[in-house]
Amino acid sequence: MSVTGLTVESPVVRLCGIGKRFLGNQVLRDVDLDLHAGEVHALVGENGAGKSTLMKVLAGVHQPDEGTIEVDGVRRTFASPREAQSAGISIVHQEFNLLGDRSVAENVHLGREPVRWGRVDRRRMEAETERLLDWLGERGISPRTQVRRLPVAQQQVVEIVKALATDARVLAMDEPTAALADHEVELLYDLVRRLRERNIAILYVSHRLREVFDLSQRITVLKDGELVTVRPTRELTSDQLVRHMVGRPLDAYFPDRARPADLGDVRLAVRGGGNARVHGIDLRLRAGEIVGLAGLQGAGRSAVARAVCGAEPFTEGTVELDGTPARIRSPRAAVRRGVAYVTEDRKGEGLALRQSVRDNALLVRRAAFGRGRGLRRLDLGELLRSVTLVARGPDQEVRLLSGGNQQKVVLAKWLAVEPKVLVVDEPTRGIDVGAKKAVYDLLRGLAGQGVAILLISSELPELIGMSDRVLVMYDGRIAGELPAGPSEEAVMALATGHALEAA
Amino acid sequence: MTTTDPASRPSRLPRLADGTAPVLAVLAVLLVALAFAGPAYSEPAGYLALLKRAAPLMILAIGQYFVIVSGGFDLSVGSLVTAEVVIAARLIDGDEAATLWVIPFVLGFGALVGLVNGLITTRLLVPSFIVTLGMLLVLDGAVFLWTGGSPRGALSEAFRTIGREGFDVPLLGQVPWSVLLLAALVAAAVLFMRGGTGRMLVAIGDNETAVRLGGGHVERLRTLAFVLSGLSAAVAAILLGGFAGVSAQVGDGLEFRVITAVVLGGVVLGGGRGSVVAAMAGALTLEALFSLLNLLGISGGLESAVQGVIIIAAVAYAASGRSVFRTRKGTS
Repeated sequence: MSVTGLTVESPVVRLCGIGKRFLGNQVLRDVDLDLHAGEVHALVGENGAGKSTLMKVLAGVHQPDEGTIEVDGVRRTFASPREAQSAGISIVHQEFNLLGDRSVAENVHLGREPVRWGRVDRRRMEAETERLLDWLGERGISPRTQVRRLPVAQQQVVEIVKALATDARVLAMDEPTAALADHEVELLYDLVRRLRERNIAILYVSHRLREVFDLSQRITVLKDGELVTVRPTRELTSDQLVRHMVGRPLDAYFPDRARPADLGDVRLAVRGGGNARVHGIDLRLRAGEIVGLAGLQGAGRSAVARAVCGAEPFTEGTVELDGTPARIRSPRAAVRRGVAYVTEDRKGEGLALRQSVRDNALLVRRAAFGRGRGLRRLDLGELLRSVTLVARGPDQEVRLLSGGNQQKVVLAKWLAVEPKVLVVDEPTRGIDVGAKKAVYDLLRGLAGQGVAILLISSELPELIGMSDRVLVMYDGRIAGELPAGPSEEAVMALATGHALEAA
Repeated sequence: MTTTDPASRPSRLPRLADGTAPVLAVLAVLLVALAFAGPAYSEPAGYLALLKRAAPLMILAIGQYFVIVSGGFDLSVGSLVTAEVVIAARLIDGDEAATLWVIPFVLGFGALVGLVNGLITTRLLVPSFIVTLGMLLVLDGAVFLWTGGSPRGALSEAFRTIGREGFDVPLLGQVPWSVLLLAALVAAAVLFMRGGTGRMLVAIGDNETAVRLGGGHVERLRTLAFVLSGLSAAVAAILLGGFAGVSAQVGDGLEFRVITAVVLGGVVLGGGRGSVVAAMAGALTLEALFSLLNLLGISGGLESAVQGVIIIAAVAYAASGRSVFRTRKGTS
C-alpha cells in the first residue's frame, strides 16, 4: 500500500501480513497497517470484519499467527499488553477501566505507582498527572478528584491520560464515542486533534462514519478479516466507503418488504407506556409487519424492548395483545402470552453457553411451558433446519458454534414456542455476512407467517432495509415515525433531536 | 450456505458428559487395586460392603449435585445429618411403633431446612455459601443446646434395618437394603436430570439470566435444588443412623466430604456443567480411596489431608481444561 503523498517519514508502527486464527477460524488474513506520528488513522469495517482483533494484535493482547510488527523499523513481538506499552503502544478500550473510588492520579498510575521510601509517592504521582493534563491542554480536571465524581467525557480524558502515562506514542481507540452524549463528542474531537498536534499516532476504530470523516487522515477498510483498501480520507466519499465496507450494493441484500395486503390485525398495542427509563410510548405492531426502532445509544430502544418483554415492565400505560388487555409484569408472563425477546447480549442473556444445542433450543419451552403443554408437538430437527443452523449435531455445546450459528440457536429457542410478537435487539451484531442474510430472511419469513416483529438495530442500513415502518427514539420518547425506506438523514435528524428543535 | 442436518444423527447412545471419564477411570483403577490389596474384595460381598459404606455419601452427592450444578453450595448437610439422627433417636426412644411416623418426620425436617436455605438464598439474595454456613452453625448449636453434647434416646430396630441389614440374593449373597435404596435413587436422579426440570437446573447454573428471560422460575428451581439437598441429607441420616448408631458427631465433616466428592466427579463449582452420575462416582471413588488407604495400613488421620489435596487438584484440573480453549477436531 502506498502512503500517497501524506508523509515521507517512516511509520512509527508497521504491521505486515498479519494473520490470526481462533479455534480454526481465520479472523485476520494478510493485513497490513502502518501508523505515522501525528496521524489519525481510521479503521473501519462491518461487525466481525476483524477491527478489534487487529487492534488487539497491535496492543499485544493477541499474538498474531502470521506476520510481523515493527516499531521504529525494529521488529518486535509483544507477549502481553505490558510489552506493547513499554514499546509506546497503548489502547483505550470502549469500556472504561477506571477505579471509581480512587483519584485521577491514582488511576493514571495504577499498577506502576512511583515509590519513595517504600511508600507510594503521592505528590510525585499528582505532579506527573498534572503535567500530562497540562500537556494535553485539559485544565478542568484536578488530579485529586475521585474519578466517580467526573462526568463521562472527563472520565474518558482520564482513560486517555492513563494510556499516555506510559510514554505512549501510539494510541489505539476503540469506539471512543460509544459512551458519550452528543455534546461530549465535540470535546473528544478536540482532544483527538490536540493529541495529533502533539505527534501521537492514533488508530481510531469506529463504525460511525461521520467521525471517521471528521477526524481521520487515512482510512483502512477491513472486510471478513481481509484488507480491502487503505486510502487518504479526502479521496473517499461516504458512499464509496460504505461500498468498500459492505462489498456489494445494499439493495439486493434485504428480502422484499411486506405489501399492505399482507398486514393483519394489530397484535401488540402499547398506549402511553412508561417507566423509569422511557415515557409516553405508543406502539402498534400488526401481524406480518416488521417495525424498526431506531435511536442512538441510550435513547431508550432497549428499554422499550425490555418493558414489552417484562424484564423491566412498564409502570404506566396499557398493553394489549391481540386486542385483549395484558398485564405483563415478568418475562414469564410475556413469554406465556406469546411475546419473544431476542436480547442484544447473546452470550450474557441469550444462551447457556456450556449446554447443548438441544438444551438451548428447548430452553424457553421447558422454562415457561413445562413440557410444552399448550403448544404443538415439536420436531427438533425441523426447527433447527428452519433456522439453517450449521452444527455437528444437537449435542454440540453452543459455545463452540460461530456467532451466527449461536444467534440461530437463540432464534430457534423462541420459534419453539410459536411467538405472536417477536422483539429482536441487534440481531446481527457480531455475526458474519452470510449469517446476517439468513437472519434477515428468517425474520421476513416469520413476518410472512403472521408474527409481528419489532426490530432494534444500530446499523442504519439494516434497520432501513428491513423495516416496513421506522420509529425513532430520542431521550426516552418516540420522536417520530417514518414510512418504509426512509433516508439515513431523516432517521438521524429524529434520533439526534434535530427535528424536534426545528419543529 | 451448507446445511448439515443437526438432528438427523441418532443420539440414543448415552453420552458421557464432559469431565465424567476421568473419575470413572480413577474409580476403575481403585476398584481393581482394592482386589489386590485385600482378600475381602475377592468376592462380590466385599464390593457390596463398600457400596453400603458409600451409600450415604453417594446419596448426599446427589443432593449436593443439584445445588452445585445450579450455581450454589450447601454446607449445611453435615450438621443436618447429625441433627436428624439426634432428633430421630430422641423421638423414637426405643419405641418400635414410633418408627412409622418418625421417618416421614425426618424427611420433612430435611426438606424444611432445604426450603429455608433456598428461600433465604433466592429471596433475600444472600449467597448460598453464607446461608448454608449459617445454617450449619445454627443446627450445630441447636443440637448441642438440646443434647448437652450427649444425645439421649435410641433408634428402633426397624429404623436401623435400612442402614444395617440386607436381603439374600443368589450368587451375590446378602445385598444391603441401603444398596437397593441407592440404586432406586440413582435411577430417579438420572431420570430427573434427563427431564425438563433437571435440564433447567443446569441451565440456571450456566446462565441464570437466559432462563429468567426465557420465562423460567429461576428462584423456584434453585429453591427446589436446596430442598432436594435437604431431603438427601435426611435419607443419608436414616442410613447413617442405622449403620453407625446415634452420636452427636455422626455428620461431622460430611459437607466438605460431599463437596469434594462432587468436584472429584468433574462437576464445575459455580454450576452449569457436570453429570449426576459423575457426582456419585466421585463419592464412591472417595470411599474406595479411603478403604484402600485403610487396607494399606495408612492412618485414618490422613483422610482429611487427602481430601484437601483432592479438592484442590480436581478444581485446578477443571480450570486448566477451561482456560486453554480446547480446540476440537471437526468443529465446523
